[in-house]
Amino acid sequence: MIDIFITVILLAFLAITAVSIVRMTNLFAIIMLFGIFSFLSAAIFVVMDAVDVAFTEAAVGAGISTVLMLATIALTRDHHEKASTSHRPWLPLAVVIVTGAALVYGTLDIPWFGDPEAPAQMHVAPYYIERSVPETGVPNVVTAVLASYRGFDTLGEVIVVFTAGIAVMLLIGGRRRKSNARSNEGEEDDK
Amino acid sequence: MTNNLILRVVSKSLIPLIIVFALYVQFHGDYGPGGGFQAGVIMSAAIILYALVFGLDAAEQVIPSTILRILASLGVLIYAGVGVVTLFLGGNYLDYSVLGETRVAGQHLGILLVELGVGMTVFSVMLIIFFAFAGRGRP
Repeated sequence: MIDIFITVILLAFLAITAVSIVRMTNLFAIIMLFGIFSFLSAAIFVVMDAVDVAFTEAAVGAGISTVLMLATIALTRDHHEKASTSHRPWLPLAVVIVTGAALVYGTLDIPWFGDPEAPAQMHVAPYYIERSVPETGVPNVVTAVLASYRGFDTLGEVIVVFTAGIAVMLLIGGRRRKSNARSNEGEEDDK
Repeated sequence: MTNNLILRVVSKSLIPLIIVFALYVQFHGDYGPGGGFQAGVIMSAAIILYALVFGLDAAEQVIPSTILRILASLGVLIYAGVGVVTLFLGGNYLDYSVLGETRVAGQHLGILLVELGVGMTVFSVMLIIFFAFAGRGRP
């Protein structure tokens, strides 16, 4: 009972944060609200007993993403342009309402949270719960699945992170400053 | 922010705690919530906090970008290398059971090594991205 109460309050805060993000024009405040949004999501994950996911959401979503977005905003202009008020919201609103209604209709078929008969609980989950400790000796099932049973997927994820780092280095990182300094010196020599 | 005394003192006392917590999350991931991804991000948050308070140049002296590049590649290399080692020991790729004396000991060792690789890559890539973004704003 108390779980439902907490979840409803957290979801209400989540909705309030989302609506304020949409209505706001100050980018700095929006980034801060994104951080709050991530923390609220993390709290919801904790209530749903998904502690590992909550941990990741709090560290990556609220921590690193906020810092990276702040670093990006420091590079771009601080001020914002007034949103034009002449556009008609009716077509986008209709699209959003229809899509939202379809999604809500789709949730009617989803099994209840924690339902033992749900397909997600019937497939490989019982195997992991029964066999992960005798087979891997790791009490945290999430770690056992992530690193051992699904080791291939995690290797792919690490390579994705690595590729992202390489891409950022190629695009905006690395030797840019030195070559700039050199070209500046060259210009001064020309003068 | 570099001249704010309170920020400097508070962050100086916080950064060691953050690093210890990151190491705890890294090596206690087998028993509690956490693992390489979270530990890497928390560890990089410690360095980012240092960079925000003491300046980017000071942080790049703590961890030069060449070391970061080596660490990022080394993490992937450790992960993929564990798989190659298991191949040579007669198992499947990333089947850690052949690594130790018993199946369980091998699994334990394999998971520990793999999580270490994940942590190293995530830590250094987060810092590479942060330094790349923050370094562009420098005059």
